[in-house]
Amino acid sequence: MSLMRSFQVASTALSSQSLRLNALASNLANAESVSGPDGKPYKPRQVVFRPAPILGEVAAGVEVASVTEDQRPGPLVYKPGHPSADANGYLRMPNVNPVEVMVDMISASRSYQMNIEVMNTSKQLMLKMLDLGRS
Amino acid sequence: MDRVAEFDPLYFSEAALRMRAYRQQILSSNMANVDTPGYKARDILFSQALREQLEGVAYSNALPLAATSDRHYRIGGSLPGSPALLYRSAIQPSLDGNTVDVEIERAHFADNAVRTEAAMTLLNGVIASRRMALSGNNS
Repeated sequence: MSLMRSFQVASTALSSQSLRLNALASNLANAESVSGPDGKPYKPRQVVFRPAPILGEVAAGVEVASVTEDQRPGPLVYKPGHPSADANGYLRMPNVNPVEVMVDMISASRSYQMNIEVMNTSKQLMLKMLDLGRS
Repeated sequence: MDRVAEFDPLYFSEAALRMRAYRQQILSSNMANVDTPGYKARDILFSQALREQLEGVAYSNALPLAATSDRHYRIGGSLPGSPALLYRSAIQPSLDGNTVDVEIERAHFADNAVRTEAAMTLLNGVIASRRMALSGNNS
């Protein structure tokens, strides 16, 4: 049944968007993490999407192609008393811009909601389809 | 058989519903890929797709029904045909090459959902009238 594919497509989008939300939450939570396990400041993660073909169908879902780390250095902050500060008293912060992350989060949550609606509509149509001829 | 099938409202409704479900699938994949870089929004031309379905053009490459006698029905394959997938012309394409416009997709999706329901109502009517004819008006 072709409408089932809509479910499949929407669910791939939901899982991809939730992974994106996870990455964003991690970025936001680590906005102040100046030394990770490797002693370096946290690098913001970014998920990259790509279309995921569904076997034997023209419709394409979406999948996460990769999770990349933003290699750009973060801003230097003057904090002489900090244990991770360098000889001149400067501290390398993670390159997380909270405003950027928030905006990205809104975009992700909107996409998530939209795909939920796709599922709801498809569900209603399928239920109607099951009732065909029953009157 | 073909001539009958062409004017059979059941056959027509079935083809219409099949194409509606097909389009639903295309539109949902557009919406799923709203954030995918380089993804191009697709759609079908519904009137053309339906006509092709009814005229059996879309069946021409599908598997035909195997017949062991000349007097068997000659019908096309029962595999759903695939109408031509077109690209939607972008009104405001984004820099990453994505041409999915959420508002347009949402509008088409809602439109398609309502029309699917309309097709189902029509099909229900056809089934109800046939049932009435079969039962001799005492249902």
